[in-house]
Amino acid sequence: MNNVETLIPAVGVITDVRIDTPDIKTFRVVTTDGKKAFDHRPGQCAMLSIPGVGEAMFSITSSPTNTEYMEFSIKKCGCVTEWLHQAEVGQQITIRGPYGNPFPVDDVFVGKNLLFIAGGVGLAPLRSVINYCRHYRDRYGDIDIVYGSRSKADLLDYKEIIDEWATDAGVNVHLTIDNAQPDWDGHVGFVPNYVKELGFDTNKTAILCGPPIMIKFTLEGLISLGFDKTQVYTTLELRMKCGVGKCGRCNVGAKYVCKDGPVFRCDELEELPNEY
Amino acid sequence: MRKCSLNSINSVFAEIAKAATLYLPVDGKDGSAVYTKWEEGKVWSNALNTVRSPKDFFFPQTENLMAFKTAGKNIEIIDTRSESEDFVIFGVRACDVKSFEILDRVFLSEPVDTFYAARRAHGVIVSVACTKPSETCFCGTFGINPAEPAGDISAWKTETEVFFRANTEKGVALLSKIEGLTEECTDEAVDAQKEKISAIMKKLPLKDVTTDAFGGGKTMDYFNSPAWDELSQSCLGCGTCTFVCPTCQCYDIKDFNTGKGVIRYRCWDSCMYSEFTRMAHGNNRLSQKERFRQRFMHKLVYYPENNDGLFSCVGCGRCLAKCPISMNIVKVMKKIGGENK
Repeated sequence: MNNVETLIPAVGVITDVRIDTPDIKTFRVVTTDGKKAFDHRPGQCAMLSIPGVGEAMFSITSSPTNTEYMEFSIKKCGCVTEWLHQAEVGQQITIRGPYGNPFPVDDVFVGKNLLFIAGGVGLAPLRSVINYCRHYRDRYGDIDIVYGSRSKADLLDYKEIIDEWATDAGVNVHLTIDNAQPDWDGHVGFVPNYVKELGFDTNKTAILCGPPIMIKFTLEGLISLGFDKTQVYTTLELRMKCGVGKCGRCNVGAKYVCKDGPVFRCDELEELPNEY
Repeated sequence: MRKCSLNSINSVFAEIAKAATLYLPVDGKDGSAVYTKWEEGKVWSNALNTVRSPKDFFFPQTENLMAFKTAGKNIEIIDTRSESEDFVIFGVRACDVKSFEILDRVFLSEPVDTFYAARRAHGVIVSVACTKPSETCFCGTFGINPAEPAGDISAWKTETEVFFRANTEKGVALLSKIEGLTEECTDEAVDAQKEKISAIMKKLPLKDVTTDAFGGGKTMDYFNSPAWDELSQSCLGCGTCTFVCPTCQCYDIKDFNTGKGVIRYRCWDSCMYSEFTRMAHGNNRLSQKERFRQRFMHKLVYYPENNDGLFSCVGCGRCLAKCPISMNIVKVMKKIGGENK
């Protein structure tokens, strides 16, 4: 989009609502004439709003290679998200974007082995990247995906992970949940520990997203495995209003997360005040 | 250079007001100056500066962005913008003129904020030199000369006359409209006034406040300074400093349900408020110390880093005069700057 009226959204329609977990739903959105609202790159975000309720920034979870619609995996945790969770198919919302910088999928990542690490709803922004890389599979090396959540029911995109990602050649999926439960025979434990247990080779580029505490410990884990911070990418989330680096809300150091992020290489974060 | 007698300034105002809405500082009931729409009978204030900065003219405290009509599951977006009208702001001090450049760099950088840009395009700025800079003034710290204010037209006011010099095309156009009410003159009287002002500047209590210590490459030293604890200790988080500040530009976007529809508006916000960064999953600046630090780090370190060393303060002194606990950017600069020299 990037039109001049950057604060003025377009009308979008929710055409599908998928219940992913007890508190995460995935919404499919198109414009009123049934098209994709705008093109985006993996890792970019969009502003969704419900008039009278509010506007909030969400990562676009569908891959840019999907030319028909966009998807947003949204966890119920505030005013806008509570409202969205009650919305039915056919509900109109507003949408504007895309905002922020994408993951460097077309340059830095090309030819690399990729290690995706996500916790909880942190998989939402990475799903866009994962599916983009699966689409252009021959451009990248091996793909490892480590994903963990509180319980089996809290694993986002579980069906897609099992049916599609895990069956792809050269894609290794490593799932974990926080506590053991009867119908789970996979790994049990937190993501940072699981990453260390798996003990990845450092010939990979890591892409990390999850709760701040999980990012912190996973990054420490990767460094103890010999990774350099320049090999690790993450995406940040701060409160945003404008999406274009003017309202001042997501300012950290000299950066605006909406415009200079949300994707950062971990060594870039080191130069910023720890306020994210 | 052109001039008119101070006695005839009202006819100049009347002429300007024929073609554009004219705003100028007028004394309010309590004696403090407020930008007011000029009409016959309004008198140009002698006060040094207005209580509120003129940023409202380009970035109003609240403005509607759009409206929505909702029916069932459907939403209609309604463009509520009206054509901007031509206006003239008369009597802007040098510090406030500089603040427009600082705001421009935010709102006119890509993607351009068209709400701001429309007003900026329709506004003409007539500045006026400060004959008596006051003890809270420190514009000199930021290289601003109050005797030589920028703007589309620069003006100098003596006890008997007002002098005008056009600086831009807009200024030339406006000055030509009042040509019949002004006469060509030499620079002599203005030069004499400039000298007087510069003599006052040398005596101001804050003349030695310096930005020398601030600059790129030491962000974390400033950020981690132990002095923030003490400096922020008494901060009430009232946000007065941000509201009177001519360069503070953080804003909020909110929806208001009128009963008949929804209006989405933008309003000033303050990084001093606890809500500013609060999200569903937490707040990245939990304490007043962190919020206080953000405001000054932004003005003295982050903004300059992004804007070729330009500081986001013009030394107008409003925050010095208005802070209920007498904390201000000068104290911060002395303390933090002193440590990092």
